[in-house]
Parts: sequence; structure tokens; C-alpha cells
Amino acid sequence: MSKEVFAIPNVPTPGMPVTFDPEICNGCNHCVEVCSIDVYIPHPQKGKPPIILHPEECWYCGCCATDCPRPGAIRFNWPLQARPYWKNKKTGEIHQL
Amino acid sequence: MTTWHEFLQEEGRPPAWPYPIRFGEERVIDTDVLVIGGGIAGCWAAIGAARQGLRVALVEKGDTVRSGSGGPGCDHWCNAPANPLSRVTPDGWARHMADRPYSNGIGIQIQCREDFDTLLEMEQMGGKIRDTENEYVGAEGRDDKTKFMISPRYGTIHSYLPDPRMGEPGFNPPETRNNVVIRVWGSTFKPALKKECRRLGVQIFDRVMGTSLLTEDGLQGGRVVGATGLDNRTGEFLVFQSRATILSTAGAGSLWLMSMELCGYSNMHSRAISGDGTVMAWRAGAALTKMESTGMIMIATGYKHKWYSGAGDASYENVPLVDARGRRLPYPIQGWEDAGAMLPTPGVEAEIRAKILKGEYELPFYGDFPAMAEVERRATWNLMLGEESTTRIMIDTFSAAGFDINRDLLQSYKFIEGQSLPQWRDAGYGGGVLVDWNLKTTLDGLYAAGTQMFAPEDHSYAAATGRYAGRKAAAYAREADPGKISRGQVEAEKARVYAPVKRSGGLEWKELHAGIARVMQYYVSEFKTESLFKMGLDALAKLETEAVPRLFALDPHKLMRTLEDLSMLEYAKIIIEASRARKASSVPLNFQRIDYPEQDPEEWNKFLTIRQRDGRVELGELPPDFWGDMKEQYEAHNRDYTGVHREK
Ligand code: SF4
Ligand code: SF4
Repeated sequence: MSKEVFAIPNVPTPGMPVTFDPEICNGCNHCVEVCSIDVYIPHPQKGKPPIILHPEECWYCGCCATDCPRPGAIRFNWPLQARPYWKNKKTGEIHQL
Repeated sequence: MTTWHEFLQEEGRPPAWPYPIRFGEERVIDTDVLVIGGGIAGCWAAIGAARQGLRVALVEKGDTVRSGSGGPGCDHWCNAPANPLSRVTPDGWARHMADRPYSNGIGIQIQCREDFDTLLEMEQMGGKIRDTENEYVGAEGRDDKTKFMISPRYGTIHSYLPDPRMGEPGFNPPETRNNVVIRVWGSTFKPALKKECRRLGVQIFDRVMGTSLLTEDGLQGGRVVGATGLDNRTGEFLVFQSRATILSTAGAGSLWLMSMELCGYSNMHSRAISGDGTVMAWRAGAALTKMESTGMIMIATGYKHKWYSGAGDASYENVPLVDARGRRLPYPIQGWEDAGAMLPTPGVEAEIRAKILKGEYELPFYGDFPAMAEVERRATWNLMLGEESTTRIMIDTFSAAGFDINRDLLQSYKFIEGQSLPQWRDAGYGGGVLVDWNLKTTLDGLYAAGTQMFAPEDHSYAAATGRYAGRKAAAYAREADPGKISRGQVEAEKARVYAPVKRSGGLEWKELHAGIARVMQYYVSEFKTESLFKMGLDALAKLETEAVPRLFALDPHKLMRTLEDLSMLEYAKIIIEASRARKASSVPLNFQRIDYPEQDPEEWNKFLTIRQRDGRVELGELPPDFWGDMKEQYEAHNRDYTGVHREK
């Protein structure tokens, strides 16, 4: 809790089109290259997951996650307003992503 | 740490720009054929030209491996009437398709003749086009010999031409299906195309935005002899000298709509689709046509719940729709039983609405996957949705979250999400560069393909016309001398490109985009009159004189976005000028004028063309079928083409 508090602008939202698992991701930056929008930049430290720099420009094409060579390293993260629903046909139970 | 803000919090400073900064530095590239735009059309154009043994440079704003609307995937190869299962002839089907008012008979004829050849070449390059693993044996439309999967669309009439019998039982019996549309595994295509470009020695310039065309002596209307580009990671300036140039970028997808925080996610296309190529052609003096036509914008998930950005929800391709109590709804389902019809008639839609209000149908509606035959269910989920562009990631995340097509109903958002606003339109589909039978524009040395042309169609159309434009541009380049680049024109473009990085404060790109979109919503939407158009032009002129000189960009990426705005501003002006020129209303152009209400009067049944000379707008017109006899013209221009098509 002792972190310095900076004066910074609001965070762009939705701000996290994906989440990375730093245990699985080896920072190969393939997703940085695949993204046609340049949502990411490589992390300055080798081996770390990329930095999400332009989250609001993402068009949710999914290519970064689909083409990642390490399963589980990158997960898609739908914004709350875009999370779909479904219903179990037998029980009628409703689920949301 | 994964976001910029987390980095700042952890490190106590923002990350440094990760690429070398080279603002103002210049690199000159000499090539025979230059292709601007590395989507589906551009990759095929580069391949088509490189096969002729010429030096080819391909310029792409993102990375060619997945860029463009067809980058993530494609599940339908739409017009391959030359395939062995087809029940229509390529020339006959082309004529039928071109019967739709204001379509492009040249592009359609090329597509219908060469699409199947293009598809077979896609397979040779490593694209998957057949059910080679026998996953869908027994699915309707699967041919066990060729392992092609024919799609439910269409009957022997195209489903975009509404037929009142659609949806009736027996309307689309197997024996009358046209079998021109083939289901494909399109997520394999783009990486394979990039690989083929590399194999053929195409010089690929990824992360480079084309900014202008260079003309002989720098004159508007002169022969195109090259182009300029901006590296959007380093800010370096590229000057391409080329004997022939092919434009294959797209329309301006978000001209009417800008959501500041959903700028990539508010309409069907990515924000990168900003009309750059059309505006480059316009500035160079090429003629455009159909620019007054606009479509309803495809709102994406950021605004409304849509399955794949823009299209409907998962009620497509044979998924029956039911209400919350499980009652089947009378929607066509773009399936076998309704010949691929996508929309109900207005009468049926009104009836459903009335029944909802009376409580007879209960909201929300659902796509009833479990009701489908097992193999059709899998084909729809894994093949159609799995391969259709941005939906791959959806099925992956749904499945990971526990959604099961064998057990669950997928919610539909019909009615509960409301309608799109009529002011929100889409310029990305309709207007474009005028071309002839060589896909040459009205300027020497300049060709166009795919969505760059007027009245474009789909993925396979982009592929076939790209491949064709590559061939034709190469033939021209082989004979042409290297043109001379005008230094003055390069300097003027450099000054324009770098102006925003000279300022460190002022106006940012998002605000200008939103400002342009608002002008289009107010003055170029549902209510069209000369006085509103005039106000629109004045408002755009005000943006140009007051906002543009205040634009600033802090890094090469933001500079690219700023230049995209400048493309959109010019694109907006062209649309208004073209709209003023059409003094009649038109249903197929989605163009309603209050001051000229007559719908499609005979004398206005023509293409209006628009171009610039010495900075002044010049109008022209062409008959609705200016391309002449499609079969004859195609054959006259392609005597040496040897493809699969044989006269049936
Ligand atoms: S998420 Fe995947 S592609 Fe991206 S850097 Fe990590 S391992 Fe590489
Ligand atoms: S989903 Fe697409 S646009 Fe978004 S970060 Fe991934 S590759 Fe880029």
C-alpha cells in the first residue's frame, strides 16, 4: 500500500482485451507482431509479456490469442458489456461468460 | 504487469518508445510493381505480379500475416461457379449477380470466371478448402468425392435479391441449389498468403501506411510512378518508385461513428480501415464512382451485442431461433430450407413484434443448437463460426467457459438490443475507384483490386480481383519505363505527413475523428438536401482550417492515426460532393433526397463519376452497364488466360 500515487489520466476502457499468464508466456512477442493494430508493445525486459498500450483500439479480432504458440499464455477478456449469455436447454439455467 | 498503467505504477516511469525514432529520415525503394494494402486483395495482387517474374513491393499498415478484414479468417468462398459441383455457368451466374443495380460487372465477371482457380491455388499454398479429415461426413452439402463442403446459400437466385417464396418449405430443394459457395477453413489463408509472397520474393513492408501517390511531374491526373509511405513504428518516410502501382486498401469504415473508448470496437471493421487508398487515388486525380452510396453501419459488440462484429448473432447457418419458452420463430436461418435467406420479410418481422407485445412470444430469443442434427451443429459451430473471421476467438472463449452446443441454447439479442440509429452509416462498402477491364483506374500506371474498387463484394472477390490486377499490372510494368519522381511532390507530402509531430499539444486524433463523424451524422444521413450538404461542406472546411492545423502526434503510431483522420476528412468531402451531384433519390444506393424525392427515375439510372483536376471537382457519368457484354469483354481481355473454366 506504500506505492507512490501518481497523477495520471483515466485509464482507457475497456482497458484489457486480453490477460497474460506470466508463468506461461515467455515474451516471444509473436502476438505483438500478429496484431494489425499495434495494441501491444514489447516489454522492455526480455521474457516478459507485452505491454497493452492501445487497448481502446483493439477490434477484438482474436488473432493474438489464436496465434500464440504457448497455450494458456494469453486469454481473451471480453469487456463486461460484451459478455454473452446462454441457457441450459433442459434445466433452464442461465449462464454468462 | 501488463497494462501501461501497471507498468507506470511498478517502474515509476512510462515505458520508452520501443522502436527507433526516424522522423523525417527517408528511404527510397525501386520496384516494378508496388501494391498498397496487404489484405486479401493485396496479397493476391502481389502474388499475381510476382509470378510474372517482376520485382514486387507490398506495403501493409499492420502485419501481412493477419491484417485486413479477411485476416482472422473466412468461412465462405462465395462465387465459384466454375467448381465441378456447380449447377450454374460462370457467365450466367455473373450476369445474374450483375443484375443487382449499381454492382460492378467487371469484378463480378472476373470473380465468377477465376474464383475457383484462385481457390485451388489457395489450397496449393497451404490453405484448407476441403474436409480432408472427414470431420463432417453426412453433412448436407458435403461432396464425398471432392470433400468440398457446399454452403446452404444459395438457390438458383441470389439470396440478396429477396424472393417472396424464401422460407417456404421446399423453396430450396437440393436439385435447384446453385452450389457456387464453398465452405472453407479461411483462418489458414492469410499466413499461407504471406508465406507465398515471401517464397516468390515479394519485398514486404509491414507497418507502413501508404500516404500518397506520386505522379509524373507531380501533376494531378498524370501517370502514377510511385508512392510515399510512413513507417508507423519508427516514423521513417518511404519513397517508392514503381512502374505500376496497385491500390488494395479498403473504404472508410467508421466515418459516421466514433466512440472514443471503443474506437476499435464500435463497428464491423478495424479502425485501420480509413479510406486511405481511395483518398490517395482522389488526390492523384483518379476517377471514383458510387461515392454517394452508403450502407447501414454494422455496429459491433462494443455498442450492441453482435456475434461477429457487425453481422447477426449465431442464428445463422441453420440454427433455428426459439423464444424463451422454446417456441420456434418464423425467422429464415440462412440455411438449407430457405436458400440462404438472411432476413425475414417486413411483414413477418412486424408479426413477431406484435406477438412479443401481446406476450405470445417471450424474450429473449435463443439459437437452438441442440435441436440441430449433430453434424450440422458441429459444422455451424466449428467450421462456419470457427473460421468466419473474428468469431474464432468467440467459439474458443465460449467453449472454455463451458458453453456446449449439444446442451445449451445461445442467447440472441434480437429486439432487446434495439435498432441501429439511421444516422449511423457505413461508407466502407459501395463507393470506390473506377476501373476498366484491366482493373486499371483512369490513371496510367494505377490499378485497383478488392474493396478498393467501386461496388466491391466479399473475400473471394478480393482474392480473384487481386490476383487479376497483379497479372494486369505486371503486363503493364513490363513495357513501361521507370517514371520520374517529382522531388517537389515528395517534399510537399513530407511536410503534410510530419506537421502533427512538430507540435506537442493541441488536438488529438480521436477528437477530430469524432468531429468528422458528427458532421456526417448531421448533414449526410437520413435527411438529405442541398442546404444540409452545403452546411456539411462548410463544417468540414471549418475542421480543415481550424482543427487540422492544431493536430499533434506524440509518436509514430499516433501520427498514423492522425493521417488516417486526414484521409477520412477528405473522404467525407468526396461523399458530400458526390451526393450533391445526384439529384434524385435511389433505393439501391440507400440515398433519399428530400429535395429530389423521385425514386430511381430512368434518367438517373447511371453511375456518377467524380475526380479532381487542379484541385477542382469534376463530375461525369457512365451508363449502368458501362462494362459492355461481360463474357465478350472478359474474353477479349484475357485471351491467354488458362484456367479451370471451360465453356459448359
Ligand atoms: S502471449 Fe504468447 S505470443 Fe504473446 S508474448 Fe506471450 S507467449 Fe508470445
Ligand atoms: S484481438 Fe486483434 S486487435 Fe485486439 S490485441 Fe489481439 S490481435 Fe490486436
